[in-house]
Amino acid sequence: MIDVKLVDYLAGLSRLELREGEKQAMTAGLEQIVAYMDVLNKLDTAGVEPMSHVFPVKNVLREDEAAPSQDRGELLAGSPAGDTEAFLVPQAVE
Amino acid sequence: MTWETVIGLETHVELATRTKIFCSCTTEFGGEPNTRCCPVCTGMPGTLPVLNKRVLEFAVKAGLALNCEITRYSRFDRKNYFYPDLPKAYQISQLYLPIAREGTVSIRTQAGDKTIRIHELHMEEDAGKLVHDPWTGQTRCDYNRCGVPLIEIVTEPDFRTADEVIAYLEKLKETLQYLGVSDCKMQEGSLRCDVNLSVRPLGGGALGTRTETKNLNSFKAIARAIDYEARRQVELIGEGKRVVQETRRWDENKDATYAMRSKEDAQDYRYFPEPDIPPIELSQDYLDGLRGAQPELAEAKRERYRAHYGLPEYDCRMITSDKALAAFFEGLVALGAPPKQSANWIMGEVLGALSARGMEPKDMRLTPPTLARLIERVGAGTVNRNTAVKVFEAVFDADGDVDAYVREHGLEQVNDNSLVRDAAARALEANPQSAADYKGGKEKALGFLVGQVMRELKGRADPQAVNAALRELLG
Repeated sequence: MIDVKLVDYLAGLSRLELREGEKQAMTAGLEQIVAYMDVLNKLDTAGVEPMSHVFPVKNVLREDEAAPSQDRGELLAGSPAGDTEAFLVPQAVE
Repeated sequence: MTWETVIGLETHVELATRTKIFCSCTTEFGGEPNTRCCPVCTGMPGTLPVLNKRVLEFAVKAGLALNCEITRYSRFDRKNYFYPDLPKAYQISQLYLPIAREGTVSIRTQAGDKTIRIHELHMEEDAGKLVHDPWTGQTRCDYNRCGVPLIEIVTEPDFRTADEVIAYLEKLKETLQYLGVSDCKMQEGSLRCDVNLSVRPLGGGALGTRTETKNLNSFKAIARAIDYEARRQVELIGEGKRVVQETRRWDENKDATYAMRSKEDAQDYRYFPEPDIPPIELSQDYLDGLRGAQPELAEAKRERYRAHYGLPEYDCRMITSDKALAAFFEGLVALGAPPKQSANWIMGEVLGALSARGMEPKDMRLTPPTLARLIERVGAGTVNRNTAVKVFEAVFDADGDVDAYVREHGLEQVNDNSLVRDAAARALEANPQSAADYKGGKEKALGFLVGQVMRELKGRADPQAVNAALRELLG
């Protein structure tokens, strides 16, 4: 059951600030999604191994060999806030 | 009431690979902020992480050395959380099928021997470094460390004292260093430890409510935090209050733990299997290969040095305190140097020279053949022990040639008895008062005369031979 309390909790975990109207819309939207999961749950999956990966591949590994990193200027250019050395984000207090 | 402290440890160890766990950026410590980053470790959309082969190998080696059951079919899981130290908003870790489980580590403290059970060992990626600036209300993010490979080793709550915890960490550090899977430098954060601690009335029963203490950067801090936290919990209970399950941080300056604000601590990681990393299936051949290639660990070396070379316990501990030092010792012995003399040189001159230079044994340029040659010459009586120390100092830094140095500086021991006798006679002639003093019963005067002879022979004579020659001449 999705209620506003749960939406508040999820918003907190996701670091999202929702306005009142958005909370209502989000509650209804999530309710719909979860309802669809109920449809899927009607399928009989007894004896079916849960799938974690779509393709039947395993042991995909790379050698421990260094390659040049990305240019810092280029890396930081894509960030909404930053100086010449670092990404800047609103203070995350611990 | 008497209380018992119950402790479990979670230890994070950075692996000594050249590159990060899922991309080819270097793992080297230091470096300008954000210069060791790429689209993968900064979590850009559309990138695909690929597991570093050596991370898997190191994790399995560590698991084997800690007597774990290796998981033949293993997987990574996604641990979701929103905190800017991880730009992907999740950490790739292992929850459901960790690479190794159910191991043991035997420790020794003053209280005796004990076995600590390992609950599990798993692989994961490290997070970036954040610097908070309260003035601007901003946080600077440096992602150089983001994606550095870690293994996390989780014990069962088997510790009862800080002594046991330290003994375990020392053993763990020694084991991982000998395996070559980590340098375990606490000051650089390559070995980090969280302490889970609760108290209960002595004699067992249900476990009390535990707290987790983080930010412990030295063995000293760990020992003090354990003492502090155990006392704090006992006092709380004594006052009729309850211990709250929470994460606390150790404050080195205040010598106390404090609770992290619980709102930010709200945890719901919503783990699920990591779709970007296919599962890992280890063959019997792969495991046998790694098992067969495991190096001899420090404990086995100590036992062998005791049994085969008859070295005292103290010597064994000193020499195996560092892998490179143990290798150096074994190099000397393999070249025929007597084990006890080799040990003495290592514990005396070698460690002394290293500490005077602030160097680690692994960075030493002196090689076993050089020191073995010097030990051989002392044994053969062609260089005396005091002169040998000077030769050692001269050849230490550049692994110089012992024979050439001795020859060029005329340091060969004078074994020609007539030369020694002549020098002794000259010394008596030049110092009649000392000769008279000795004859008058002053034994000390002989020491002075020996010194004079040694000086004339530039320290190259065997002091015993000089002593004998003087006594003979003095009748």
